[in-house]
Amino acid sequence: MNYFLTEEQMMIRELARQIANEKIKPIAGELDKTGEFPYEIMKILAQSDLFGIFIEEKYGGTGGGVLELSIATEELSKACGGIAVCYAASALGTYPIILFGNEEQKRRYLPELAAGKKLAAFALTEPNAGSDASAIETTARKEGDFYVLNGTKHFITNGGVADIYTVIAMTDKSKGSRGASAFIVEKGTEGFSFGKKEDKMGIRASATSELIFNECRVPKENLLGKEGFGFVIAMKTFDKSRPGVAAQALGIAQGALDLAIEYARQRVQFGKPISSFQGIQFMLADMATEIEAARALVYSVARTIDAGEKNIAKISAMAKLFASDVAMRVTTNCVQIFGGYGYMRDYPIEKYMRDAKITQIYEGTNQIQREIIATNLIKESLKN
Amino acid sequence: MIRIEKDRCKGCGLCISACPFGAIVLVDKIAVVKENCTLCGACIDSCPFKAISLLREDSGEKVISPEEAKGVWVFAEQEEGNIHSVVYELLRKGRELAEVLETELSAVLLGEGIKEKAEELIWRGADKVYLIEDSALRNYRSDVYSRVLVEVIKRYKPEIFLSGATCVGRSLIPRVAASLKTGLTADCTGLEIDKKKRLLLQTRPAFGGNIMATIICAERRPQMATVRHKVMPEAKVDKQRKGEIIEVKMDIPFSSQIEIKEMVKEVEKTIRLTEADIIVSGGRGLGKKENFGLIEELAMVLGGAVGASRAAVDSGWIPYSHQVGQTGKTVCPKIYIACGISGQIQHLIGMQSSKVIIAINKDPSAPIFKVATYGVVGDLFEIIPALINKIKKRED
Amino acid sequence: MKIIVCIKEVPNTAEVRINPETNTLIREGVESVINPFDMYALEEGIRLKERYGGYVSVLSMGPAQVEKSLREAISMGIDEAFLLCAKEFAGADTLSTAYTLAQGIKKIGDYEIIICGKQAADGDTAQVGPELSVCLGIPQITYVSKIEEINLKEKRIRVRRMTEEGYEVIQTSLPCLITVVKEINEPRLPSLKGKMRAKKSEIKVYTNEDIKADRNRIGLKGSPTQVVKIFSPSQRKAGEILQGEKEEIVNRLAEILKKIG
Repeated sequence: MNYFLTEEQMMIRELARQIANEKIKPIAGELDKTGEFPYEIMKILAQSDLFGIFIEEKYGGTGGGVLELSIATEELSKACGGIAVCYAASALGTYPIILFGNEEQKRRYLPELAAGKKLAAFALTEPNAGSDASAIETTARKEGDFYVLNGTKHFITNGGVADIYTVIAMTDKSKGSRGASAFIVEKGTEGFSFGKKEDKMGIRASATSELIFNECRVPKENLLGKEGFGFVIAMKTFDKSRPGVAAQALGIAQGALDLAIEYARQRVQFGKPISSFQGIQFMLADMATEIEAARALVYSVARTIDAGEKNIAKISAMAKLFASDVAMRVTTNCVQIFGGYGYMRDYPIEKYMRDAKITQIYEGTNQIQREIIATNLIKESLKN
Repeated sequence: MIRIEKDRCKGCGLCISACPFGAIVLVDKIAVVKENCTLCGACIDSCPFKAISLLREDSGEKVISPEEAKGVWVFAEQEEGNIHSVVYELLRKGRELAEVLETELSAVLLGEGIKEKAEELIWRGADKVYLIEDSALRNYRSDVYSRVLVEVIKRYKPEIFLSGATCVGRSLIPRVAASLKTGLTADCTGLEIDKKKRLLLQTRPAFGGNIMATIICAERRPQMATVRHKVMPEAKVDKQRKGEIIEVKMDIPFSSQIEIKEMVKEVEKTIRLTEADIIVSGGRGLGKKENFGLIEELAMVLGGAVGASRAAVDSGWIPYSHQVGQTGKTVCPKIYIACGISGQIQHLIGMQSSKVIIAINKDPSAPIFKVATYGVVGDLFEIIPALINKIKKRED
Repeated sequence: MKIIVCIKEVPNTAEVRINPETNTLIREGVESVINPFDMYALEEGIRLKERYGGYVSVLSMGPAQVEKSLREAISMGIDEAFLLCAKEFAGADTLSTAYTLAQGIKKIGDYEIIICGKQAADGDTAQVGPELSVCLGIPQITYVSKIEEINLKEKRIRVRRMTEEGYEVIQTSLPCLITVVKEINEPRLPSLKGKMRAKKSEIKVYTNEDIKADRNRIGLKGSPTQVVKIFSPSQRKAGEILQGEKEEIVNRLAEILKKIG
């Protein structure tokens, strides 16, 4: 299918594919076992300029947007969903600065993030605030030139390995969701430490950790936007980053399907390769069609966002919802095609199924995505 | 240039599909060669009507021409006064070539204080030994070694010059060939004489061992070749043999721009890989570094060397110096035991000329079994310890 | 410091086969790549530039399609690319290739160091490097596994050279030519900015006239060797799969080893 990519977008795809094939594939299985963070791969991605493909040129990037980021994430995810999310999560942590940072903040943080010298992370979720983000309990109390943060964030992707964190905390609890604010917190700030690293079902190469703030003093210059903007920043960030999760799901699905087709051609039963059986053929055909549909949606949504469209919450949610559901279905069926071997850890396919599951959960569960879509549908209907 | 004989060409177009560069087109149903032809020759054999030929004229200046050249020479590489064993292989082959050509076999020996080694070369089949001794020749240095060789070759004009395709040979001999403006064929595995044309047919693997090529050097002398170690048998020692030792004096500078600061030998646990009669090699199937101990133990009880596949080396289980294959060493022991090695083409290239190959692998479809003389489909962690025990018991 | 890296474009060797009917190379559909050993030469050139400052060029000889490989070199960080391309260069063996490259290098200008890969993966001869150094009249060091030091003021280089049993540390004067082995570094992948620069870069193409090459020393005319025959190596036949219980198999193996060993 021709997606009419620009020359630069094709270069990004080629480069990400080369890194995925030559550098990620050989170690993906091992990192899945050990849960080690892929520092080496992050270095390679940095040297290849891939951390800057959604950042303006004046801050050291190459000036692309959501589509560029999605293309790179998709390619990396084909080889390993866990390694890809380390990359994508840094973009998630960078977006608040791109969207709401002032010139000073952008100049201070974006060049190093674009060069991949530092990784970013985004911290919203708390033990008692998952889908209900308004329930967050971390507080930021203003004291002179500082905000003092107290509380715990958990399930934070790139937690512990990132250098720059965008943290949502309550500056005024009485205002409810309008009382939240966003702060840039650097690793090493006094009172900022890391709790336990999670032992996850999938995306095991990525680091997911607790962030602990104990009287952590953050300079007031690190407030993003204004006090009370916290939730708006979080929601607008997700609107931009959800196509990235969708692209991750897409890559996982495609990577799994590629393995399943190859296996079906080689596996002989009843004297024939199983790819000659209609039962298998229909499965392959359905999976390929669903993946292509997901890709068409993801790329279109990414393009729409990059074109400057304002109301993107609905389509962004659609891309994430559809692609991640496709990924779960496809990876499950790919395991089925591998039969008994598919269930064994010696074969790479079951990893794709474990990696796919998270894409239905994080950055808003798919139930929340449906709610966003429905709310917007009803709103639009009212307007008409 | 490529010539197409118009009356033979039937316009079938087979040469067009054979050309890797798209340099042939049909004009009026006759093949025509375009400007971008690289003279690779792929079209020549593709033509069923023998309409295509490669015209060549060697117009380059000759330092030594075929008419004046005579005799077969072998470069007697030495290190610290010890003759490299490939030299004995070359002497046997050289003897054979010299007899077909009805000429003399000579060796040329460079070094310092190594005169007694010249006699050994005669015992192994040389009729003459050209000996050049100087303190500057104690250790190999590319510039002074090549200067001396060029001088002695210019003086005595051999028609064939052979050297081992060793680290030294592959770095030194191209310099000599370039200075003499003659042809050189690297890494030969076969040498024969075309008696009618009095030419050396030099056969060598190319494209990573996927094809063999036979190469000649028709117009210039000497015909130079480096020969792969361990593919040809050694000449036997005959202490009764008599020959002549010629101490060559030459009036050239023995200075060198190259200064050796330090020579380091990396101690290997077992015997040198390329010299070993038995090699036990381990691959990805070993699973982890610690398990390489098993390979080392088997090698030790058999008195063999330890090899490895690229996968094992890349995983950091064993140093690169043990790697066998396209990007590692080429070996041809009497017995090669491949343990947990699947047998990618790149690995096979480095070991498939071993006399006997034993493969142990749990995957019955592993390509290694296609080249193995004896295959064992099974768990190497069961087979090898049992084998080690068995051999140990036998020795007790 | 001025550095020139020489590279060759080769068919991806794992794929080259002979057509058993016509006995010719099957090159159709075989992808061309930068000779894998030359990737280490490119990487070392870029690292030397990063270490000592200067300018690093890449030089190749071959048909126009080699431009693709030269652009790949630029995308890794090479500053400038040269291609020697003329029909008169065709059919060159190692000697005439070395002469042609030497003429090209003289045209490019001054340099302190020439870097080549250990050998090409198609011919495996390892001859062009040493022959090139003779044509240029400069010292050579083959099989370099580490560049220990370059002293530009005293025009000196000290390297580690791999030998059959280990390595030696040797020193020579600049300018010189080195050939490098895979131990020397790990080649980097291209960068996006490099790729964009490579797309825009001009590849300088020189013909035999540009480099003032003696017509009798280039191409087929200047090549003393010729290939008279190519054929497939004799294939080993699969042997016997040992059957039976573990005990029996081990006994058979021990027997075989005793008999041959």
